[in-house]
Amino acid sequence: MTEETMTLEVTRYRPGHDREPRTESFTVPYRKDWVVLDALNHIKDRIDGTLSYRWSCRMGVCGSCGMMVNGVPKLTCAAFLRDYRPGPIRVGPLANFPVIRDLVIALDDFMEKLRRVKPWIIRAVEKPVADGEYLQTPAQLDAYKQFSMCINCMLCYAACPVYGLEPAFVGPAAIALAYRYNLDSRDEGYRLREPVLSEAVGVWECTFVGECSVVCPKGVDPAAAIQRSKLAGATDWLLSMIMPWGGRR
Amino acid sequence: MPGDDGYQHDLLVIGGGGAGLRAAIAAAEESNRLSIAVLSKVYPMRSHTVSAEGGTAAVMRENDSLDTHAKDTIFGSDFLADQDVVEVFVKEAPGEVIRLEHWGCPWSRDPDGRVSVRPFGGMTVNRTLYAADKTGFHMLHALFQTSLKYERITRYDEWFATSLLLEDGKVCGVTALNLHDGQMRPIVAKAVIMCTGGAGRIFPFTTNAAIKTGDGMALAYRAGVALKDMEFVQYHPTGLPGTGILITEAARGEGGHLKNKDGYRYLQDYGLGPPTDTPVHRKMELGPRDILSRCHIQEHQKGRTFDGPDGHYVHLDLRHLGEKLIDKNLPFVRELARNYVGIDPVHEPIPVRPVVHYMMGGISTDITGKTSLDGLYAAGEAACVSINGANRLGSNSLTELLVFGARAGRAAARHALERPTLRSNPLAQLASDERRRLDQRFLRADGREKIADIREEMQKAMESGCGIYRDRATMEGTCQTLRKLRERFAHISLADKDAIFNTELIAALELECTLDVAETVARSALAREESRGSHTRTDFPKRDDARFLKHSLAYRTPDGPRIEYLPATITRWPPEERKY
Amino acid sequence: MTVPRVERPGLYYPKLPATWWLRNANYFRFMLRELSSVFIALFLVVFLIQLHRLPQGPGAYAAYLETLRAPGWIIFHVLALAFALYHSVTWFNLTGVVQVVHLGERQVPPRLVVGASFALWAVVSVVLLWFLLRG
Ligand SMILES: Cc1cc2nc3c(=O)[nH]c(=O)nc-3n(C[C@H](O)[C@H](O)[C@H](O)COP(=O)(O)OP(=O)(O)OC[C@H]3O[C@@H](n4cnc5c(N)ncnc54)[C@H](O)[C@@H]3O)c2cc1C
Ligand code: SF4
Ligand code: FES
Repeated sequence: MTEETMTLEVTRYRPGHDREPRTESFTVPYRKDWVVLDALNHIKDRIDGTLSYRWSCRMGVCGSCGMMVNGVPKLTCAAFLRDYRPGPIRVGPLANFPVIRDLVIALDDFMEKLRRVKPWIIRAVEKPVADGEYLQTPAQLDAYKQFSMCINCMLCYAACPVYGLEPAFVGPAAIALAYRYNLDSRDEGYRLREPVLSEAVGVWECTFVGECSVVCPKGVDPAAAIQRSKLAGATDWLLSMIMPWGGRR
Repeated sequence: MPGDDGYQHDLLVIGGGGAGLRAAIAAAEESNRLSIAVLSKVYPMRSHTVSAEGGTAAVMRENDSLDTHAKDTIFGSDFLADQDVVEVFVKEAPGEVIRLEHWGCPWSRDPDGRVSVRPFGGMTVNRTLYAADKTGFHMLHALFQTSLKYERITRYDEWFATSLLLEDGKVCGVTALNLHDGQMRPIVAKAVIMCTGGAGRIFPFTTNAAIKTGDGMALAYRAGVALKDMEFVQYHPTGLPGTGILITEAARGEGGHLKNKDGYRYLQDYGLGPPTDTPVHRKMELGPRDILSRCHIQEHQKGRTFDGPDGHYVHLDLRHLGEKLIDKNLPFVRELARNYVGIDPVHEPIPVRPVVHYMMGGISTDITGKTSLDGLYAAGEAACVSINGANRLGSNSLTELLVFGARAGRAAARHALERPTLRSNPLAQLASDERRRLDQRFLRADGREKIADIREEMQKAMESGCGIYRDRATMEGTCQTLRKLRERFAHISLADKDAIFNTELIAALELECTLDVAETVARSALAREESRGSHTRTDFPKRDDARFLKHSLAYRTPDGPRIEYLPATITRWPPEERKY
Repeated sequence: MTVPRVERPGLYYPKLPATWWLRNANYFRFMLRELSSVFIALFLVVFLIQLHRLPQGPGAYAAYLETLRAPGWIIFHVLALAFALYHSVTWFNLTGVVQVVHLGERQVPPRLVVGASFALWAVVSVVLLWFLLRG
């Protein structure tokens, strides 16, 4: 019996040599329990050591291994070969990002945006550690929990045409994280995050394509976070217009 | 990022996992005059702390006490933990987890709003805090996001530290390779903290991520620091066959059962009974990991495990817990089982087998995180401050990152404040020497050995010699194989000669580190002629306090590690027989 | 207002092709929704003209209505109606995502919120129809 195989069409880009990405085909053994990442590791170990990509946990939680698989952003450690039979499978770097090499994208842009939305607990007065924890009921936890599940895998940015057209857009994951802190019963930083969210490239840049939430592997639903932030921002603005003492918090 | 001459800091943390970030924040809070840098080979939130699932231990409730936590830890360590260190550990743990709560970690809560605690293996009361079953993920992201608040913390993301810079016997920085441009740079600092995590990748079958290659351990070892207690490698009893993906101990803490192929809860045959419906602390499935892993092997030898394409396994049965509880407290377990073995634990038992999980050993440090080398500190899994001894209790490690990360951060900060400014010129010279070494060794060399081959053979040798059961003959074989692999490594060949994002070069450097670390594990194991905690010798089945109530220290020599010993510190808990 | 991004040498910057919205069904539906606003806007213009004719006397109004009876205009109105419906349905579907409704401690499931919005829409439409067709 000959071994079953599958073909991967992998995007290659060698900085300083290639002006544009090109495609290279590799044939790998087909195993029913292999994910696309296993196939890439096979290529690197056994066929071509120069192939570059990121990975680490291979259990869908570190967020390193996002790539375009047949044109759709996926975690390659959670994309099984068996779901793409008979192939070939196209594997490329995440869309909308600058490519450093092969399947490796640059994400300094996101890291900068993440810092700008102030993703940490902000309080007027901090409670001393000796006084114990802040109480938070399970319901208060549930209010933001979903938005705290983001693994920064960048699949949502790769799915977002707005980000593709306007790279300054703060984008789904960063807004979802800002919103997560705004919703946290321990936080008082809404006022400080609001300016970043309400600027032109903030939430209002989003035209609600909704694809970010479709591709998100962790059920974060960043689209909801963005729309709800819009609603909060708009209500806030309205209140500040009609009430002498301004909006909430 | 600083300019060409600007790679100068007061304090440099290598590693952006839980320990590294905690250390950096502690240092930033210790003094606002310090320039601090965190250098990591992956973006900090990709560090392997992210995959910790079950929880983190600290005394939080009235029914608990610091002494019970200390006693459980020491008992679990088979009396090899340093008891003074354990006392400090349990005392500072509650403050640390509360601090993390203040920083936004979404701990699971009781109806009254207090953080919840769950049972864990080897602990006598519920004291493990958790964030559903993604504790490490939430801790790491809370720490990372909080660290963004400190402008004085500079980050070097995707930089790979290749060696420690030494001058007059003092550490004064590292050489590091920037993956983005392939340049080697000296990063000068008055104090360096190694928080590079564990080395599970010296084994073929592990819960550890690809990045866990013991780099920091190897760097310190090459600079003359001892690696302590390296023979103690923890197997976790419940990994998924094939991938080695972890099914957290919390699954048993919530009440999951381990069953052999006859559907029988076999742990009762090994002195862990009696079996009860609701989990009882330290009994049955809540026994410590070393014992549970050994039971699995014995069960296999009796022919009572299942056989699958990926080896023997038993069943972890969660069905009786019900869908609601599983979805509330173990959603990630359900997700992993569904995705990776196609099994829904609500309806079917999960196949599991023991898998390499954690290194009790590491860079030898004192209670403040300081090593024997002036200016070098270490914390987290890379370090061995000796709270884990011969066997770590589940959920003590995440707490260790916090307590000793913070301690190392503070100690290193004070050291940096006292030390005069360093001159970076001679260090630049050292960095270009290091660059030349890499070029000659990897990029210009025309060898015939492949990285993947050497790695696979090393892993195979480690599994056969340094697995759950060990004996002299096989371990000697392993040591010989490792020596030969080291020679073969000298003839390694890389296909990739490019500068930018050369992941093959990184793989070679990591392999070099794992070879060093593997050798210290094998030699320390061979020298310890007793059975204690995770180290079980079929030729020396008893614990031998007279000869081995002491830590092993592996020092580097040209012919492989030299093993010395250091007595364990006993304060209030004299060694007794470890029975559960 | 946004500053163009500084491109770093060595990196490859992909460009989104003009046909990006043909790449997947979701993008396409999104484009349809955007397009629907054009038709709704056009319809409103037509409607405004109609209102404008009203004070100009019954003759002018009737003449305008006559023009609108032309097949072209009918097709336009059918299209505009279809797009208006499409826009409204997608809009109501989004309410579940956007509006979090709490009843006591519990969050109302988004599907219920969407359902309630549709129900409300139906009720209002029926009332309006009754109002218009009564005479
Ligand atoms: C699957 C799994 C589940 C676990 N669950 C639990 C649990 O429930 N409870 C518990 O207490 N413990 C648990 N543990 C153990 C615990 O998670 C780890 O011991 C701990 O997270 C290690 O943290 P660290 O900060 O020391 O290292 P890591 O988080 O591994 O971070 C290491 C850092 O060092 C950097 N680094 C390494 N080498 C270099 C280099 N050469 N140059 C530059 N940077 C480098 C890496 O980039 C990374 O940032 C679990 C472990 C695993 C594998
Ligand atoms: S929101 Fe979802 S898709 Fe976007 S980065 Fe976070 S986890 Fe990934
Ligand atoms: S390798 Fe970590 S998410 Fe895929």
